[in-house]
Amino acid sequence: MTIGFLILAIVTMAGVVAAMSMRHLIHCVLALTLGFAGLAMLYLQLEAQFVGLTQLLVYVGGVAILAVFAIMTTHSSEPVARPGTSYWLGGCVVATAVFILLAHAIEKSGVGARTMPAAPVGGVKEIGVALMSGYILPLEIVGLLLTAALVGAVVVATGEGSGKR
Amino acid sequence: MTTLSHYLLLSALIFAVGMAGALTRRNAILVLVGIELMLNAANLNLIAFWRYGPHPEALTGVMFAVFSITVAAAEAAVGLGLILALHRHMQTTDLDKVTGMKG
Amino acid sequence: MTRAVAVDQMFVTLNHALVAYVPAVWRPLASAVLGVVTVMVVFLTLFALTVLLERKGLGRMQNRYGPNRVGPWGILQPVADGIKAIIKEDVVPQSADHAVHFLAPVLIVVAAFLNYAVIPVGRGMALTDLNAGVLFFFAISSMVELGVFMAGWASRSKYSLFGAMRAIAQMISYEVPMLLAATATVMVAGTLSTTRIVEMQATYTGQIPHWFVLTPWGFTGFCLFMVAATAESNRSPFDLPEGESEIVAGYFIEYSGFKFALFFIGEYLGMMATSAMAITLFLGGWSAPLACLQWFPTWGWFFVKLVALLCGFIWMRGTLPRLRMDQLMNFSWKFLLPMTLVNLVATGLWRFLPVGWERWLICGALVVVPYALLGRSINWQGRKVAVRRYRYAE
Repeated sequence: MTIGFLILAIVTMAGVVAAMSMRHLIHCVLALTLGFAGLAMLYLQLEAQFVGLTQLLVYVGGVAILAVFAIMTTHSSEPVARPGTSYWLGGCVVATAVFILLAHAIEKSGVGARTMPAAPVGGVKEIGVALMSGYILPLEIVGLLLTAALVGAVVVATGEGSGKR
Repeated sequence: MTTLSHYLLLSALIFAVGMAGALTRRNAILVLVGIELMLNAANLNLIAFWRYGPHPEALTGVMFAVFSITVAAAEAAVGLGLILALHRHMQTTDLDKVTGMKG
Repeated sequence: MTRAVAVDQMFVTLNHALVAYVPAVWRPLASAVLGVVTVMVVFLTLFALTVLLERKGLGRMQNRYGPNRVGPWGILQPVADGIKAIIKEDVVPQSADHAVHFLAPVLIVVAAFLNYAVIPVGRGMALTDLNAGVLFFFAISSMVELGVFMAGWASRSKYSLFGAMRAIAQMISYEVPMLLAATATVMVAGTLSTTRIVEMQATYTGQIPHWFVLTPWGFTGFCLFMVAATAESNRSPFDLPEGESEIVAGYFIEYSGFKFALFFIGEYLGMMATSAMAITLFLGGWSAPLACLQWFPTWGWFFVKLVALLCGFIWMRGTLPRLRMDQLMNFSWKFLLPMTLVNLVATGLWRFLPVGWERWLICGALVVVPYALLGRSINWQGRKVAVRRYRYAE
């Protein structure tokens, strides 16, 4: 594998593992942001410019900030004690089993032998044309979904009590 | 030479770590973080298959990934709103303490 | 004409000449490194000049001289400020989170510098020609908010945390009108590549250039973009996060010495980057204002426009009072956002109507009428805008 992929994979994995194992919540979210940025670089390396930059804009600039606001508002910033209950081990065993299954499936199938085809000449313009012609129905549905999510998140988060004040 | 299996292995690793976190952590926000990691791993899978697939000019993988990112962001917003509502009722975000419907 | 072209392209030819000394394998890397170093040096020098210009300009607006002790007309003042920042003691609170406290200004400055990668400074002088250049710019700008939060939270001080929360709320609220105002240009240009957008505006009919700011939707978009950019970089009149009651400096209260200087660098570089993007999107990038003025090099025109916009920022700072937090948020969500959506409709109509005076009339009316109506109908908490009566303490 190329050196670029190796570095990005190590950075992403470091961020992801730190996100799920650190004690302090804010450190978890900051490590998660590092993982997201690493993934965005991987998308850019795979020549998916639009998706990589959208990942940066939406996840790093949106979801991470949302998570941070939620942590601040619920005052969860005290260190959460690592659970010593039995299902901690069960969870890790299940995750390891899933990974072994997936890795086995990947190695068994012949996808490792695929060569990389030539770089796609498509740019953002083709994505826009495709969104407006072939994928118009998912676009409209996602618009509806986002509106519903926006209104729903505001209603759920502020509660009906504040509206009557 | 990075082959497709390298990207798929990395994505499987991220998925496994996200799943481990979502299953074991007690704080509701970290469970949501684990779910977001699983979605991101699936996105990486989609883009890798799009790049190494036979017809990259059809843009199927890119479209799928864009819609997946959008839906994941909406779901994170609603999920965090739910966590805020939970905190307002129970004054905690510890999932072990939310046992009102037990029994 | 060829001598003007030679001066215009002199940095490009210099780049090629210097890179030719390097073996062929390393040439792309050497060219990129040379470009990056040049951008950093040029914009840091511009930052120093802006600091001086701002203090002198604000001083004159407030009927006093600015700094004039350090050199002739105070020219060496930025040098003095830099020396002071470097030799000052770096105080970190004991309960602060040291790693995050250290990384926050680093993230802000890195994001601020990364913005310049897609700005075409002259003809053929953009660092990279990304297919999605405008999207790259906004994606990197959204990383600054995370740095602001890290700075405010890591200091473990109530004032800095509140300042950081307000700063992030303000930056997120004003990012949406900024994006939508830029989308109007992207709609007409049909591309997200900054070099293509500038090349589209570099043509002339007679003497008048085809700048987007000279159309009704472009003028509105430019004004909306500049207002949103002022709020994005926490400049006055939107500097509540950093000038809170003028005693507590908000999210960088616990920083001193060089890290404080890094925050300032980040803020001013952000201001210059959004001005540069406004120039690229609306003011025609490196193209000259009249066709007969094309003998002046293109990078010269870019910096003339940039300095003009920076003077506009300084003028706004010296003139307007600070906005309160609720006024700020209301302004963004209830005025700027509907105006940007109306602007998008006007842009779409402009694109598809035939060329002539009709489209000027229709698009102009479509922009001016909502502006007047929205401006009149906004009243917060039911209070009408009226003459204020003062009560003095007895």
